[in-house]
Amino acid sequence: MGLKLNYETTKVGDALPTITIENVARPDFVRYAGASGDFVPLHYDQTFVEAAGIPTVFAQGMWTAGCLGRCLTDYAGPGNVRRYRVRFSRQVWPGDTLTCRGKVTGKSIKDGDKLVEGEVEVINQKGEATVKGNFVVLAG
Amino acid sequence: MAIDKSVVGKTGKPFTMPIEWSKVREFARAIRDPNPIWFEPELAKKECGGIPVPPTFLQVAAFWQDGGAIPMAGGFDMRRILHGEQEFELYRPILVGDVLTGVARIADVYEREGGRGGKMTFMVTEIEYTNQKGEKVAVARSTLIETGQAVSG
Repeated sequence: MGLKLNYETTKVGDALPTITIENVARPDFVRYAGASGDFVPLHYDQTFVEAAGIPTVFAQGMWTAGCLGRCLTDYAGPGNVRRYRVRFSRQVWPGDTLTCRGKVTGKSIKDGDKLVEGEVEVINQKGEATVKGNFVVLAG
Repeated sequence: MAIDKSVVGKTGKPFTMPIEWSKVREFARAIRDPNPIWFEPELAKKECGGIPVPPTFLQVAAFWQDGGAIPMAGGFDMRRILHGEQEFELYRPILVGDVLTGVARIADVYEREGGRGGKMTFMVTEIEYTNQKGEKVAVARSTLIETGQAVSG
């Protein structure tokens, strides 16, 4: 794997590329259901969610986490992500606009591997966090 | 549910997961990731030695299995389940053409007092993946939460 990140010049506080997901829509959830096999009806079946007392369908948490993962692969190069952990705190609804962003919080060398760690999050248009996570990527 | 710690350590049947380009492309499109590395084999070969997979791609394996592959703690009420956390530890690159073998096990079960949801039960499931060369490539760790009452928006 080509190493994209330079360990020496990477500093704590560096920002990852920010990615904006405009106008989240129901087809996003349907497409992700097909791609991932996650057919939990909460994410596409309006009749089902209304019967459960929920106003409308909402995103699979892993769809949002997948969008956020692009910050890591754009930053460090695909194949160089060593650890990616997410916690789900709030639903993502149709019509939301999401900002995926992150920053570096530390660096270390372990077994000869130059590792960069940090935090990532997805914020909706109201400024609320929907997913928070942390990561370790490999640098050169 | 009454907490049943005896399920910790229970494993599922090993399952096979071939890493296929069409599925990787479909997944990348679904997460709106336009990186050409997922779509252009020549570029991917030059940069990565093959087409890599997005960091959350292994999640798809959890849904492709029949009942025996993913052990479940008896008594969990699926109507009250939330996906609380997900973690991937990726030890070495996974490329299109690899054939992975996954083994799932229940790593932990515990209870906590929740807020409006009442008492919550947590179940941590780990799937360990090995490639066709016998190398350990990844661990996917899911935390499912059974809330005290039905999930609502």
